Amino acid sequence: MVNPQMVMYEEEFNRIQMVVDRLVQDANARVVFIVDKNGQLIAASGDVENLDTTSLASLTAGNIAATGGMAKLLKENEFATQFHEGEKANIHIQLVGNRVILVVIFDAKSSLGLVRLRVKRASEELNRIFEALLKKVQEPGESPFAEITDEDIDNLFND
Amino acid sequence: MSFINYMAREINCKIVYYGPGLCGKTTNLQYIYERTNPDAKGKMISLATETERTLFFDFLPLSLGEIRGFKTRFHLYTVPGQVFYDASRKLILKGVDGVVFVADSQIERMEANLESVENLRTNLQEQGYSLDRLPYVIQYNKRDLPNVASVEELRELVNSTHVPEFEACARTGVGVFETLKAIAKLVLTELKRGS
Repeated sequence: MVNPQMVMYEEEFNRIQMVVDRLVQDANARVVFIVDKNGQLIAASGDVENLDTTSLASLTAGNIAATGGMAKLLKENEFATQFHEGEKANIHIQLVGNRVILVVIFDAKSSLGLVRLRVKRASEELNRIFEALLKKVQEPGESPFAEITDEDIDNLFND
Repeated sequence: MSFINYMAREINCKIVYYGPGLCGKTTNLQYIYERTNPDAKGKMISLATETERTLFFDFLPLSLGEIRGFKTRFHLYTVPGQVFYDASRKLILKGVDGVVFVADSQIERMEANLESVENLRTNLQEQGYSLDRLPYVIQYNKRDLPNVASVEELRELVNSTHVPEFEACARTGVGVFETLKAIAKLVLTELKRGS
């Protein structure tokens, strides 16, 4: 197969969500979310109601991809951390295990020092979860898509 | 790289619109955006220059409905077509599940089409993909203009592998959804085959 798939199961999702929920508390953050390097949102926590997380996820991945491109030109492996400072909101972006991106949005209620400290711990935990997930994905198992029929696909497009 | 989320019961796939500068990639996405039901689409994002040329990418998230209880979501991206943005084009191709090549039918753009399709093949190879194994369709755009090459000429130039092809006029929407449906079907079929 050309494309290896990213897969998320309930068990790992719950563990990831716990880490993200706790990071919102520990870092006094407004929002925390996790995106894969292709821009797919994996988990989010905090004040996400009025936030376009899909767009943010895609732009974050674009940002990391562009920075990764710059790193390559400078013969660096990656720039694993980025920080954007705004007037009210700040964004801390951390690449975790070169696989997923951990984004923390925070305001004056927190500080860069605190966020960095808490992100470090959360990154280590997330890295372990994603490593285990990757192993699980590689194990052969039942896929719900093996049973999709051409008719199922056609039905999607019946206007 | 498709993303299957068992928790949210979602399949997410990435489709990239590729082609030479000003061939109508962004126009395709704009038309899809305008004609899609509000609850089936997210916000369209365009990272463009002040003169509305794509600088990095356009992005449009779409929901197509459910298959076996899984929501199918497609993330549509365009690349910047101008030759000197090659580094950015390579980045957008990362994790791609399907490609639409938008060719500009105007006779004076034949060389640009050829250069772009070769650039697509090279850039995919660099990422470890082969254009011959990836879900791939071609759109011949701007068929309404007076100075266009024939479909036979275009086919010979950019479709030597005979992938599905569509005539279009993206500005008025002719062929736009046909192209999208074709690539989405190929991506889902590949997902089925690969699973």
